[in-house]
Amino acid sequence: MRIIPHHATTTRRFFLTGVGSFVGSFGVAPAFILRPAAATPASMAAAIHEVVGQAAVRQGKVKLDIPPLVENGNAVSLTVSVDSPMTESDYVKSVHILNEKNPQSNVTIFHLGPRAGRARVSTRIRLANSQTVVAIAHLSDDSFWSDSVDVMVTLAACLEDLR
Amino acid sequence: MARALINVPRKARRGEIVEIKTLVSHPMETGYRRDNIGNPIPRDIISRFVCMYNGTEVFRADLFPAVAANPFLSFFTVATESGTLEFQWTDDQDNTQTASASIEVE
Repeated sequence: MRIIPHHATTTRRFFLTGVGSFVGSFGVAPAFILRPAAATPASMAAAIHEVVGQAAVRQGKVKLDIPPLVENGNAVSLTVSVDSPMTESDYVKSVHILNEKNPQSNVTIFHLGPRAGRARVSTRIRLANSQTVVAIAHLSDDSFWSDSVDVMVTLAACLEDLR
Repeated sequence: MARALINVPRKARRGEIVEIKTLVSHPMETGYRRDNIGNPIPRDIISRFVCMYNGTEVFRADLFPAVAANPFLSFFTVATESGTLEFQWTDDQDNTQTASASIEVE
């Protein structure tokens, strides 16, 4: 029986860890980089552009509440709230709900004002597919804030025909 | 058009933020579905909802086909004075459904 010298095993182990980290650095990192936060299809990007125009959309202030896993896409409960004092000088003008993969990008537009008291609205929507839902709030100082949620849908809406 | 359900607190303190819930029965036909012989079913949705508090608009919503059948909306308003809250739903054919509720502010 041949005894492998000690230094040979350490070299092999050293070599494998070296290869592993090499592959890891090239295989994992680009996959991470190739998934940008703004991976929105063109239709939704166009819908967002229609809402905000040239203004910048910042993350924060808005909280979009949708269950991450939905069984029935025909009625998905949604709550959107905006962190705003809702006074005469500082309030939420409107909240736009947009989606990626329904036949139409718009879902609903809520128009609020200082009389609303609290910027929180709930409704139920339809989702045709697993997709990202975006809420964009238009504040009284004409700034735009957004939040997005990825939703998995098991039974899609819009696709069923009448039998 | 259809039956509407609304939920408004009967009494509130002045300045209190109250929650209002509304539900109206409506198929919200998207216009993207087909019937059993393959003809497209025409779109029929409620496209607009307005809530007026003693004649002043406090909440308005534009609805699209992606809103579920029997649209439910819940929102808030400040109880400023005693009076009535009027709700109006308008569909694609400009048919309207109205409902109202009174609120007593102390």
